[in-house]
Amino acid sequence: MNVLIYLVPMALGLGLLGLFAFLWALKSGQYSDVDGAALRVLSDDDVEK
Amino acid sequence: MTESLDLSHYAKPAGKGTLGMELAVEGVACGGCIARIEGAVKRLPGVTEARLNFTNRRLHVAWADGALKPAQILQALEDSGYHGHPFVPLRAEQEETAQARQLTRCMAVAGFAAMNIMLLSVSVWSGNVTDITPETRDFFHWASGLIALPAAAYAGRPFFASAWRALKSRSLNMDVPISLGVLLALTMSLVETANHAEHAYFDSAVMLLFFLLVGRALDHAMRRKTRAVAGNLAALKADTAHRFAGDELVSVPVAALNAGDRILVKPGESVPADGIILGGTSEIDESLITGETARHKVAAGATIYAGSINYSGALTLQVTAARGSALIDEIEKLLDKASSAKSRTMRLADRASRVYAPIVHVTAALTLVGWLIKGASLHDAVLTAIAVLIITCPCALALAIPAVQVVASGTLFRSNVILNAGDAIERLAEVNTIVFDKTGTLTLPEPQIANAAALDPDLLQRAARLALSSRHPLAIALAREAVMRKPFDGAVEEPGQGVRALIDGAEARLGSAEFCDVVTANDPNASAICFRHRDRFAAIAMTQKLRPDAIDAIRSLRERGYELRILSGDRSEAVAPIALALGIDDWQGCLKPAEKIARIEEWRAHGHRILMVGDGLNDAPSLAAAHVSLSPIGAADVTQAQADAVFVGERLRPVLDAVTTAVCARTLMAQNLWLAAIYNAIAVPIAIAGAVTPLIAALAMSGSSLLVTLNALRARTGGSS
Repeated sequence: MNVLIYLVPMALGLGLLGLFAFLWALKSGQYSDVDGAALRVLSDDDVEK
Repeated sequence: MTESLDLSHYAKPAGKGTLGMELAVEGVACGGCIARIEGAVKRLPGVTEARLNFTNRRLHVAWADGALKPAQILQALEDSGYHGHPFVPLRAEQEETAQARQLTRCMAVAGFAAMNIMLLSVSVWSGNVTDITPETRDFFHWASGLIALPAAAYAGRPFFASAWRALKSRSLNMDVPISLGVLLALTMSLVETANHAEHAYFDSAVMLLFFLLVGRALDHAMRRKTRAVAGNLAALKADTAHRFAGDELVSVPVAALNAGDRILVKPGESVPADGIILGGTSEIDESLITGETARHKVAAGATIYAGSINYSGALTLQVTAARGSALIDEIEKLLDKASSAKSRTMRLADRASRVYAPIVHVTAALTLVGWLIKGASLHDAVLTAIAVLIITCPCALALAIPAVQVVASGTLFRSNVILNAGDAIERLAEVNTIVFDKTGTLTLPEPQIANAAALDPDLLQRAARLALSSRHPLAIALAREAVMRKPFDGAVEEPGQGVRALIDGAEARLGSAEFCDVVTANDPNASAICFRHRDRFAAIAMTQKLRPDAIDAIRSLRERGYELRILSGDRSEAVAPIALALGIDDWQGCLKPAEKIARIEEWRAHGHRILMVGDGLNDAPSLAAAHVSLSPIGAADVTQAQADAVFVGERLRPVLDAVTTAVCARTLMAQNLWLAAIYNAIAVPIAIAGAVTPLIAALAMSGSSLLVTLNALRARTGGSS
């Protein structure tokens, strides 16, 4: 069962990665305009008209 | 236009030599609007940032200081077909946003910790009945502790802080048993882990925090959503005033007016601040303030109040009281009195927790003492007492009410009702009497054509199109009928009289009877606006019309057993026909705000629970005095701030939806509280008996939380189907 010594911390590390990704997303305003984000993906604002 | 618009009041420094401004944007309907709006604004010189938040319809613009005037941004929006209304974000709103972020972060941390600890705990539970070695179990317990302690220290802060505040003021709230339970469970688990015990309670402590945070975050999200909508409405209603700077006129936001300023009020505008008339004569409509729909004449020397509508002539005013109007102050005094009376009713959740918190503490203490008397060791007795504390902690109770509130407020939102107060749903459900105001509530806020059937449609169209060139309120209402939205070329407005223009080579006139040389019958309930083109003429009667579905909505409400009444500030002759049409026998007119409150207080004393539906400044105090209140949007600012909920649109049906959804939600809340109580009735004896393992605690807690949340989802249909 010694394998657990590094498997458990690894699992935790992956979980923490997810947590930090979420906190980063929250901080950078990814959740401040959820309806807008759904529509912006369809706009061609990167194409010069 | 020679007049310049000064919006510097709204522009705030945004760092690096740029200025920033927030605008509430009207007319945003689809995804294409985002690109159009941002594109239009970004094309302006000096604009460094333009971002539209589609969720709350707000635009943030930043530009290099001095590169452009804020008014140009409004113009750019106007040119692309949108109306922008600058506003200063309320401090309360910013604080709530910060709080919401904090709650979400706490929830994320607690969620992460709960998941990972569960992963370890499940292994221990299954290991305990099979072949886990004591070393592995200890390792798993220590790992759980390592996750739980920092996570609880971070995610538990909202509870610890609130519990500490309550204890400092020598009272108990729901957060006290929660904090106590979490802290004790963590300490006990540490001690147990150090002693190589079979069970640790890290999972229970963290799961408890997670479920509670979900409930709080939901509750918060609902309130923030309504706050944002209310903030936008306030911005939409914020008017500009024309201030004299020397001889020149400058448009400034009303918020920037000071006492002593000289301002011009043009015909058709609402008076931005209280003042004394220096010059000009006009007719003004004070219906917003007094409920009286008849207009009266004013001249130099007279005092007029903010919120009145100037009908016919331009007035020069000396501002006497900016913002805090004398009349509004008077009304606010009444408001304060009335709202302090309302705070006597307590929220259901508060009531439940007030009873619940002491019971939890007493039960846990009794368990401890009981086991000690029975001869158990201190260690076992404390362990059992903590198990009782954890299992009685109100996970389900904390979710029971917010979950229903969130789902029900979503349902209400879809039927155009926006809640202002979190507990409005509970109070709406208790109503048995509904009192309506007349002007702007039962009737539409703008006057409508009364005799459309008797008029030649072609003539009416021409009149409506000509009305597009006038700023007179009656003409603005008439202009809505116009199919062709293009004004006639060369139309001239004669202040106080009407507009004229050449149509097909002959002069057409729209305005007062004398101006058009038309003789009209004098109807006390309607205002006439006349139209003449060559030898054809029409007298168009404009009157306050009932909301289109008023009769149906009132009938449905009566069928549901509500007692219906009308209290109006308008003349009795104007109220009578409306009451008759709706079949409401119990009505009174000519009431002053204080008299309305007196009536409401009197009915309250007789056991009526009153829903007051009203708009207008004169209704604000009675809205506060009633058990719960609703306002149509378009109502005066003060009223919106006071009403527990507002509704949008021309129809009266939202009133019906509001009460039915509330009744349905209230039933669900009661069911949820019962579910939580039953859960406790089953789980607490087991805990007192000392038979609760962490596995049972975890199952019971998540099970009851899930059940309660699922039950809350039934509020989606709102009981209206």
